Amino acid sequence: MTEVYLNQFLILAAVLFSIGVYGVLARRNGVMVLMSIELILNSVNINLVAFSAFRGTLGGEVFALFVIAVAAAEVGVGLALVLLLYRNSKTIDFSEVDAMKG
Amino acid sequence: MTDAVILAYDPEVPRQIAFFLIAAVMVFSAFRVVTTKNVVHAALYLVLVLAGVAAQFILLGAEFVGVTQVLVYIGAVIVLFLFGIMLTRAELGDDESVATERRGMAALTGVLLFGVMTYAVVDVFDDQTIDRTEASTTGQIGDAIFKEYIIPFEAVSVLLLAALIGAIVIARKD
Repeated sequence: MTEVYLNQFLILAAVLFSIGVYGVLARRNGVMVLMSIELILNSVNINLVAFSAFRGTLGGEVFALFVIAVAAAEVGVGLALVLLLYRNSKTIDFSEVDAMKG
Repeated sequence: MTDAVILAYDPEVPRQIAFFLIAAVMVFSAFRVVTTKNVVHAALYLVLVLAGVAAQFILLGAEFVGVTQVLVYIGAVIVLFLFGIMLTRAELGDDESVATERRGMAALTGVLLFGVMTYAVVDVFDDQTIDRTEASTTGQIGDAIFKEYIIPFEAVSVLLLAALIGAIVIARKD
């Protein structure tokens, strides 16, 4: 009898999370940083739904839906910020944004 | 367990095959998202990752979350990303100049994070299995949202309104 392990989902989510963290740290294009944040949020959703199936309760699925809504709001505001940055300084390279540097 | 039972059709086998195939596609696409130099290609690889996540949700029996994932992420968020790429006219291949030491530190951080998380997960949930066979229906999700989780639901609706107004205020020309 083949078994579906909880770990396989959690480790897949850990891989996606680590790749997303690498993207946030290594990328300089603002849009690419936002895409990497999406990877991180999706890995969290896999964890939530996997634990929901593991425990047989619905709380994880409901919170995955909330995370999806929050991620959509985050992308909207984040892209608005990137657009404003582009309009003001003609660059979306985060390493060149140092107006608030002390 | 008798031979007849062992030889009987095991529905978990195709489920596991699907899991590992989709997981391989997801990990490869996620790598391409953070490494490809073409920003539009990165957005299209992100579509593959998000579709894979939706497929994993359906494998876990969460059909409503899977459908919402397709609608919201692949339908709306990716379009928003493509708009962002086009409006900022990001030059293709602009990430070539990423400093190598920065990339090295980022890779080190990612690998260490993965190691810590995998160790913790394997340590705690060593051989726990998911044995839920029936999927959660959309009706059950709706009941849960509007009974137990009504206050977070209302908070999310206020958050979406705030994000809508905030995005308009930030991005408009005045």
